[in-house]
Amino acid sequence: MNVMHTVLPYIISGISVGGQYALIAIGYTMVYGILRLINFAHGDVFMVAGLMMVYMAASLPLYIAIPLMILLTVLLGFAIERVAYKPLRTAPRMSVMISAIGVSYLLQNLALYITGGLNKNYPAIPWISDRITVLGMETTRVTVITPFLTIALVVALVLLINHTKIGMAMRAVSVDFDTAQLMGIKINSVISATFIIGTFLAAIGSMLFFTSFPGIVPTSGGMPGLKAFVAAVFGGIGSIPGAVIGAFIIGICESIIKGLDTILIVSGSITEQVGFATFSDAFTFVLLIVILVFKPTGLFGEKTTDKV
Amino acid sequence: MLNKKDNKKSFISFVLVALFLVLVIVLDQVIKPTDKMSMLLTVLQKGSVYALAAVSMNLLNGFTGLFSLGHAGFMLVGAYTYAIFSIPAAARDTVYQYYDAVIRISFPEVFGNAMGGFGTVLGVTLSVIMAGLAAALLAFLIGLPVLRLKSDYLAIATLGFAEIIRAVFQWSKLGPVTNGSNLLKSFTRTSSFRLTIGDTTITLATFVPVLIATISIIVIVLLVNSTYGRAFKAIRDDEVAAEAMGIGLAKHKMISFVISSFFAGVSGATMAMVLSIAQASNFKAAMTYEILLMVVLGGIGSITGSIIGSLLFVASSEWWLRGLDSGTFLGINAPTIFRNGFRLVVFSVIIMIVVLFFRKGIMGDRELPEVIAGWKRKIAKKKEVASK
Amino acid sequence: MSEKKNILRVENVTMQFGGVVAVDNLNMEINEGEIVALIGPNGAGKTTAFNVITGVYAPSNGRVWFDGECIVENHPQGKMKKLYKGEHNGEYTHVKEPTPDRITALGMARTFQNIRLWKSMTVFDNVLIAKHMRRSSNVFSATFRGNLKEEAAQRREVAELLELVGLSDVKDELSTSLPYGKQRRLEIARALATHPKLLLLDEPAAGMNPQETLELTEFIGQIREKFQITILLIEHHMDLVMDISDRIYVLDFGKLIAHGVPEEIQNNERVIDAYLGVSDDAED
Repeated sequence: MNVMHTVLPYIISGISVGGQYALIAIGYTMVYGILRLINFAHGDVFMVAGLMMVYMAASLPLYIAIPLMILLTVLLGFAIERVAYKPLRTAPRMSVMISAIGVSYLLQNLALYITGGLNKNYPAIPWISDRITVLGMETTRVTVITPFLTIALVVALVLLINHTKIGMAMRAVSVDFDTAQLMGIKINSVISATFIIGTFLAAIGSMLFFTSFPGIVPTSGGMPGLKAFVAAVFGGIGSIPGAVIGAFIIGICESIIKGLDTILIVSGSITEQVGFATFSDAFTFVLLIVILVFKPTGLFGEKTTDKV
Repeated sequence: MLNKKDNKKSFISFVLVALFLVLVIVLDQVIKPTDKMSMLLTVLQKGSVYALAAVSMNLLNGFTGLFSLGHAGFMLVGAYTYAIFSIPAAARDTVYQYYDAVIRISFPEVFGNAMGGFGTVLGVTLSVIMAGLAAALLAFLIGLPVLRLKSDYLAIATLGFAEIIRAVFQWSKLGPVTNGSNLLKSFTRTSSFRLTIGDTTITLATFVPVLIATISIIVIVLLVNSTYGRAFKAIRDDEVAAEAMGIGLAKHKMISFVISSFFAGVSGATMAMVLSIAQASNFKAAMTYEILLMVVLGGIGSITGSIIGSLLFVASSEWWLRGLDSGTFLGINAPTIFRNGFRLVVFSVIIMIVVLFFRKGIMGDRELPEVIAGWKRKIAKKKEVASK
Repeated sequence: MSEKKNILRVENVTMQFGGVVAVDNLNMEINEGEIVALIGPNGAGKTTAFNVITGVYAPSNGRVWFDGECIVENHPQGKMKKLYKGEHNGEYTHVKEPTPDRITALGMARTFQNIRLWKSMTVFDNVLIAKHMRRSSNVFSATFRGNLKEEAAQRREVAELLELVGLSDVKDELSTSLPYGKQRRLEIARALATHPKLLLLDEPAAGMNPQETLELTEFIGQIREKFQITILLIEHHMDLVMDISDRIYVLDFGKLIAHGVPEEIQNNERVIDAYLGVSDDAED
């Protein structure tokens, strides 16, 4: 009972973090599904969304600041695709990946310039930042609503992909880029739509993520971005449900590892701190390497064979 | 084509490299730390660290076609290995403030005490080689599972391993070896290299890192131009054809990965020497990205390109664009715009322009001698046309 | 069975991709010094057979012998256990899945249907790289130039080989700058540089005009004489096939439907049916 009581908060916060990763991971998995590109800048867009919120909430009321932040983030995602990836459509994959890394570098440096490298406090958003008590433990409301909100958004997205014309076009492009183009699908608008959806979800994710964090620095986007990408690979890149499940698994594991010292001490397995928390980030990558070595296509990915 | 022409070319390159090294020694003596030009020395020191890092990354990314992003991790291993084996006994307990240091041998000190100045050089050399070997060994272990992966999966897996390495080195349980998340210092650093003959003391602070980088890069050039280098390029151009022509993919990819990591380790050791500290938190993915951008700037697949790219990168960020951070640039005084961080913004914009519009970088996949030969031909042609 | 020494034997090889049987119980024998053609309509499984023989794909079932040694073997309990349920199930008990480079080292070299030259390199280097596998140097001796003699000898051999195949005048040009016919020739030269006993040519005359095809026919004959090698080729140009082949194997939908000397094949009902049955893409 005592152990359970210690573990539970970590699981709950893990589910919450997992939901936030899921919202970022969808952006990765959709872009990869269509362009076969690891959009290294996605995590930084997520960070920029957070910073925009900080600056806008300082001068605007929240009911304007939030929609404006989402709109601007979406515009940013759209612009990045048009400026940095579209010109390289026919270039080797390595060039596009390098361009993505370049954009990430630019966004981080821009953030560094604007913030002066200082830690910026995220504005408290009423209601969702409130503290509440669930199952006998105190937490913020955002922790509880994140997984539900995530699942609602994912369901909406899956409906969009399966039942609308643009969704059908997206699926076609992700199966076969060239054939889809030959069939008259407007590739560029499909790709833009993908980026718009991806950044929209990342903007919402950033709001949920940074509310429960002390602040934002220019490198804040890097780690959550990489983790979300790992989640996408873990679930099978290109698969939206895969990315979501992967994100929840990573979120929960990471949260438990953060508290592993405490949990093990309470359960009596160890007597002093071991420092497992150091590995909470690294663990994600252990998971990545294990999945890549044993099942490179991820949990739900499709197998492809190379033709000689 | 091992003919006289090639011999002549190698001889000329050898002479030029030797002249450059002599020039570095001279600069080291002439330029005083208070001079404005002392930035040149900083650029040469850091530049050689990054040039070696970029060239070794190019061996992998540019010549073998393996898109790996684990470079910072191997540099970290190199920096730490060098530092751990070079901290003098007297300083150990101060450095390892919170831990009881396990490794208590300092090569420069041990050999220095036994053989004097020559011994110190030997000890430093040994530590640097150890740094390379540690990185190479780790690369071998990591390579076993990850080298089977294709392009972007390989990139993300190596990036992941670099993060794992960083976490392991910061782990408190390994504190007695790595000093946990605290930095390592007090080891032999570049500014302590000097030669005393009679009454005159010659500073070698810049010469040593430049020399390490030069020797390492020469070895990489030799490798790239050997039969193995050609096999690497064959793998880059077409894996299936390479395998069908008897080039074992697993073996050759591993050789390239291990050698590239060896030199990443050496460059990490040199970095520790130049900065006189080693701290795991500096070796983030961002460092790998920066090195990659240097390679891209110079041209993927060109060694001279990587050298030029990294020197330009370091010179601009450390020296030429400094003004962008401190109020005045090119005589324009605008402290509200030219404040901390603006330099990096301008710099990243320049890099994006290169990535998008000059995809081949400065050199493309050619080397400097080829480019110069091309210019010569062009000038000769122009003259011919003019004389007609 | 002829009295000549057998160099390649394909024994009950089956290759399945998911539910598709690309090669179905293929049996083939090639003797030393022969030129054997493997023909069949598009999609008959010829290139897949090549890929199994050269180690690119591990077969679902069956065995390949080369020069008296079993080089490839797979059994249905191996990797492909869920898939294979056909003939000769359970007959093979070992798993041997060498990578293509090992098979090349044993003395088998190939060309590709869609030319696969190393694009960024010169004609000379393309052939020189194929010599890499015949080196005795290791990475250290090669880097520090302890292999100068070997390197010089290899360069000499490459120069001679290029002379022989008539490419020495273009040796310093970029491989991809050559006209199509010469690229095909270069691919053959590259394969020859590995010192093969058996040369596999995958549609060497594809995309060539009649004049070029004629030259190629002559060229293949010359190669056999000069290098004393055995040749297995896939080809759609019937003139070429009938002209130079000692024997012909015919595949259709993965199955062997005929084999024999060219005259027998020309008059074989099933072969004619197979080709005419597939109306539009039988011959190009």
